Amino acid sequence: MTINTETVKTVDAVGGEYRYGFVSDIESDMAPKGLSEDIVRFISAKKNEPEWLLAWRLKAYRYWLDQPEPVWGKLKFSAIDYQNSYYYSAPKSMADGPKSLDEVDPELLRTYEKLGIPLKEQEFLAGVAVDAVFDSVSVATTFKHKLEEVGVIFCPISEAIQRCPELVQKYLGSVVPYTDNKHATLNSAVFTDGSFVYVPPGVKCPMELSTYFRINARNTGQFERTLIIADTGSYVSYLEGCTAPQRDENQLHAAVVELIALDDAEIKYSTVQNWYPGDADGKGGIYNFVTKRGACRGRNSKISWTQVETGSAITWKYPSCILQGENSVGEFYSIAITNNHQQADTGTKMIHLGRNTRSRIISKGISAGHGNQTYRGLVRVGPKAHGARNHTQCDSLLIGGECGAHTVPYIGSQNRSAIVEHEATTSKISDDQLFYCRQRGISEEDAVALVVNGFCREVMQQLPMEFAVEAQKLVSISLEGSVG
Amino acid sequence: MTPLLEIRGLRVEVDGKEILKGVDLTVNAGEVHAIMGPNGSGKSTLAYIMTGRAGYAATSGTVLFKGKDLLEMAPEERAAEGVFLAFQYPVEIPGVPNNTFLKEALNAVRRYRGEDELDALQFVKMMRVKIKELGIKDDMLKRPVNVGFSGGEKKRNEILQMAVLEPALAILDETDSGLDIDALKAVAEGVNALRSAERGMLMITHYQRLLDYIVPDKVHVLAHGQIVRTGGSELAHELEAKGYAEFTEAAA
Repeated sequence: MTINTETVKTVDAVGGEYRYGFVSDIESDMAPKGLSEDIVRFISAKKNEPEWLLAWRLKAYRYWLDQPEPVWGKLKFSAIDYQNSYYYSAPKSMADGPKSLDEVDPELLRTYEKLGIPLKEQEFLAGVAVDAVFDSVSVATTFKHKLEEVGVIFCPISEAIQRCPELVQKYLGSVVPYTDNKHATLNSAVFTDGSFVYVPPGVKCPMELSTYFRINARNTGQFERTLIIADTGSYVSYLEGCTAPQRDENQLHAAVVELIALDDAEIKYSTVQNWYPGDADGKGGIYNFVTKRGACRGRNSKISWTQVETGSAITWKYPSCILQGENSVGEFYSIAITNNHQQADTGTKMIHLGRNTRSRIISKGISAGHGNQTYRGLVRVGPKAHGARNHTQCDSLLIGGECGAHTVPYIGSQNRSAIVEHEATTSKISDDQLFYCRQRGISEEDAVALVVNGFCREVMQQLPMEFAVEAQKLVSISLEGSVG
Repeated sequence: MTPLLEIRGLRVEVDGKEILKGVDLTVNAGEVHAIMGPNGSGKSTLAYIMTGRAGYAATSGTVLFKGKDLLEMAPEERAAEGVFLAFQYPVEIPGVPNNTFLKEALNAVRRYRGEDELDALQFVKMMRVKIKELGIKDDMLKRPVNVGFSGGEKKRNEILQMAVLEPALAILDETDSGLDIDALKAVAEGVNALRSAERGMLMITHYQRLLDYIVPDKVHVLAHGQIVRTGGSELAHELEAKGYAEFTEAAA
């Protein structure tokens, strides 16, 4: 691909000095539309990144040019026009936001209310310009001190690149290489921000990195990059996302999350994803192509993924574990809901390499309306993984007659001592169940929510307490209008 | 005084086939009525039309509950107004603890009635009293609704729900079916404990044996979609001795 001449001209017009051989105005808030090597350089310059990182981004970009899109997902959507997107824009200033909740979409407020989100937080989530001294911000500062006391580094990845470049350089791309798949490759080239966590040896992170994250979740951007390293004997629980509906003008999201657990370390990573799913006719909505992978590098290490996926028009996501260390454990707990015209192709990969590695997969898929979803899972046992064990349980629940659920397990074992189990069920919410609930006074929508939450219970129980309650409400909101 | 339940000239179709062919029935507060009849006479249809199950359509007639038109209401409104059905086949709801289900139901009903919802603590306190009264074990509340329950446990769970929701009218659909004698006694005790001057009960049963333990004020015989005879509790014994042949032949 040739360099987009329009881009060059626009960037030239903005003026400024050469940096890394590239003309750009670092003060500019926005890169011009489209994707090119110049844009990659622009982003890197904007972040004042070291040479090695720019070089890595450029390698990724060049690789991306020739990469085909992954086509194996059971998803239907028209081709993505990569040149019709912006790849960098500075966070919007508070001044551009609504002045009060009165100016916010009432539909959004109704949902916040149903989720029981406090007023202050509603304002924050809706982007209302709030006072500089605002509860959550000071709370965040308190958290930060607490984390620093025990040596946990928790900051935006762009900050980590400046603060601890050696850690970032050592681990970035070490679990998801830039050559992994087209979406991950794109992310490697153009990621703008994300989170970085380092937990030092022997430290149990003193709090769930969730509350903190939620109030800092704003402007995480469409190409988020997260890197979490749990050093020997450490523990961290991290929650990403938000139950409140999130809107974004950018349709394409391609995040990458890399987790590294060393000897005896444990990482628990929970996600609640509620990006805009599009309207009832399937118009609009986020395309969410995510690559999440954790490496259990050390002995007795453990990585546990829990996800509640209710948003996005398209979800393409397979949080995975590479079980290298002896006795390491990988877990995947998933709830995916597709309503209206949403599509989800999601699952996990458990790659058993070390001895006595164990993995557990529990997937609960709920389809309503014209929703369609696929569980796609790979369990692979390498020749040296003596005594490896996997148990997979994959349940689908259908609501109405127009939706679909599919299960595609791939199992490959090269070790005779391995035990791999797969169980799958498909059921429908029965009229009998609904009538039984309604005869007891429970409305039809609440009855659906009750039955579905019961169906998901095993996974819900994996979520941090505070989010489990919200996630349950979210389930019912996601299924509104699916019956009757 | 307005009767608790007043059914007049009720005709009901299921899948285009007429099952109830003009039923008249009045139940006053404080009364226990039994509806008996052979299989296929329309006993369960009567229970379902009153509670609003889909697929049951009234083609004519009225059902008034405390003077209100029951047929106009959604099933959950009828429940909140105070109509309770103890199911012949209680439904399983996997993953939903019995406790959660009951709290959800009770608070939905309380909301409808304009009463304050019970918080977790108030609910637990109330449940402690209820299960003690009915001699039900605590662990039944933690188990998912009806999942893995024995036949007897399922029926006792229905009675527990009734005790919690305190309906004005309880319809018991074949509550004795599938129970051994001990379970039957336990269930009957629960029902008797819930008899009160404010509450009406309608027991639907094929056999007389339940009526040895829950003695009704009135017994009606339903055959071929109509109430063909009404009497006191002695009528049940007569039916037990003679069977339903007389009625099935008469109407055929």
